[in-house]
Amino acid sequence: MKATVKPKSQPNTDSEIWELRLYVAGQTPKSIKAFANLNRICEEKLAGRYRIEVVDLLENPQLAAGHQIFAIPTLVRTMPSPMRKIIGDLSNTDRTLVGLDIRAAD
Amino acid sequence: MSRARHKASGSLEPVQKSPTGIQGLDEITRGGLPKGRPTLFCGSAGCGKTLFATEFLVRGATQYDEPGVFMSFEETGEELTKNVASLGFDLKNLIATKKLVIDHVQVERSEIEETGEYDLEAIFIRLGYAIDSIGAKRVVMDTLESLFAALPNEAILRAELRRLFGWLKTRGMTAVITAERGAGTLTRHGLEEYVSDCVILLDHRVTDLVSTRRLRVVKYRGSTHGTNEYPFLIDEQGISVLPITSIGLNHQVSNERVPSGIPRLDTMLGGEGFYRGSSVLVSGTPGTGKSSMAAHFADASCSRGERCIYFAFEESEQQIIRNMRSIGIDLGRWVKRGLLRFHATRPTAQGLEMHLVTMNKQINEFRPSAAIVDPVTNLISTGTAKEVESTLTRLIDFLKGHGITLFFTSLTHGNLNLERSEVGMSSLMDTWILLRDIESNGERNRGIYILKSRGMAHSNQIREFKLSDTGVHLSDVYLGSAGVLTGSARAAQEAKEAFEARARRQEIDRKERALVRKRRALEAQISALRDEFEAEEEEIRTIVAQEETLEVSIDDQRREMAQVRKADSGNLKPVERPRRSHAIRINGKRRAR
Repeated sequence: MKATVKPKSQPNTDSEIWELRLYVAGQTPKSIKAFANLNRICEEKLAGRYRIEVVDLLENPQLAAGHQIFAIPTLVRTMPSPMRKIIGDLSNTDRTLVGLDIRAAD
Repeated sequence: MSRARHKASGSLEPVQKSPTGIQGLDEITRGGLPKGRPTLFCGSAGCGKTLFATEFLVRGATQYDEPGVFMSFEETGEELTKNVASLGFDLKNLIATKKLVIDHVQVERSEIEETGEYDLEAIFIRLGYAIDSIGAKRVVMDTLESLFAALPNEAILRAELRRLFGWLKTRGMTAVITAERGAGTLTRHGLEEYVSDCVILLDHRVTDLVSTRRLRVVKYRGSTHGTNEYPFLIDEQGISVLPITSIGLNHQVSNERVPSGIPRLDTMLGGEGFYRGSSVLVSGTPGTGKSSMAAHFADASCSRGERCIYFAFEESEQQIIRNMRSIGIDLGRWVKRGLLRFHATRPTAQGLEMHLVTMNKQINEFRPSAAIVDPVTNLISTGTAKEVESTLTRLIDFLKGHGITLFFTSLTHGNLNLERSEVGMSSLMDTWILLRDIESNGERNRGIYILKSRGMAHSNQIREFKLSDTGVHLSDVYLGSAGVLTGSARAAQEAKEAFEARARRQEIDRKERALVRKRRALEAQISALRDEFEAEEEEIRTIVAQEETLEVSIDDQRREMAQVRKADSGNLKPVERPRRSHAIRINGKRRAR
């Protein structure tokens, strides 16, 4: 009867799995750099709670329109919602963290 | 025009063109946009950039078998489809039949975080994918500048745009790029720097509360083009640009004549009416019957089975039909039979040039052999004198080129000199008929005369112009020492003349009768004399006969006596009697009896 209302899950709760998708177009230096930066940040902040999918638009060009990708590389946080987009090679860690809404203090 | 290939000499090959299919634009650009190159359409908000771009793709897909990709940075595919449906473009169908791809690139500043280096390769990939999926030949990017608002790193953006235009060229895409107009520059972000082949500027200006859309080809590398500003119209059939300056004074002329619908006016115009394809101006003060003359002309055209279009700027279609019925002209039946079309608008509804675009369109659609503009002066009030002259010249040239007889009515104000007030227009007109009020004896009458009529002998006399329930009639005016007499003064003068004529007639009759009487009296006298003479003659003859009888009997007696006396027979020949003729002179004439 009196169902307890669960507080809305916070993006950085331990239980949640982060789903990240990195859009690249072939093995360009920028893409490689972005992938390396992403791996590093995730290991530091979200160890064990993340999943990275790399989408190569050269192989699957039809996927670009679906996610409204216009820049390369683009990182999309699909989970937790809301969706967030970061463009660039992620070389600025602070801005990446802000963009992904991962608290630097964590 | 220059779409013909010259394969042999690569260096001398003219710019190849891709026709847009937009009415008029291909004439201004002499064949279309540069093939395989980007063209920039720039202009402020609401001047029709997106519509130009869309029509370019739709016409390409439907008329030239060139499928197209529409990359939209502002509107979604659905919004775009809905927006252009009112122009008669069915984008859904084109998408379904693989003639068109719409790719909406959503660039939301708030959703985007920038960290480090990036490029816009994804746009290239999307574009490339869309092009390959339908084998596109045309690309529209509307409006690339949205990227400037969304992406703070302008250096990257500019580098990428340069790369994009280069890429489009290598892919051989005929591309249309739209851009917002900037203050003092063609585009807000200097896109014209990247697109150097063809730049077309669209403009939406308001003069005297009337807005007109205009287009100008700012540059077109490697090609001649019309350099003026051309007005254009957006309506249910898409865009039409009015490029009718290009027509020179070399149209074919016709010797054929078309009746004006008023027999006596035809008589004044050398007996046959106007030349086909000439321009006729009927000007006059209010209420002189200009519209009635126009109605006569329309009626005459339609009854020959020719189509006629009537541009009315003062009265509605129904009102004209009702009013003309009162002078015995039934225009309604021609409308029903599709020979007459009315196009009634208020002059203030749009600018002068837009009116001309509309008229141009209507004429192209309806293909009439005669056009009436009633009155042209209302149009003139919507523009400046210079504009009016140039646009009317274009219209008249256009119509003459098509052999359409043009009938203008023009309202002049009583206080102006009739001949001078329209000097700007007069040189454009082949025939100018003036209707004027003649005021005298407390009444107002209408006079008509032909001010000029090129290439035909025409009457120089003023006629009186009368409206009756059987239409317009012309009658002679009285020209005398008192000047021109019309109306009741003319009637009075005519009555006076008729009375005098009658009096003269009577006098002549009387004199003739007197003569007859005189002759009769004389003849009576003559016959009396003759009777008398005959009686006398009779008497004389009787006496002569008696004398002769007497002579004969004397002769006989003498012969008898001779026989009795046995005289010599040789002497007994009968006596020769001289033959007598009686001649009588009557009235100096010799009459043989």
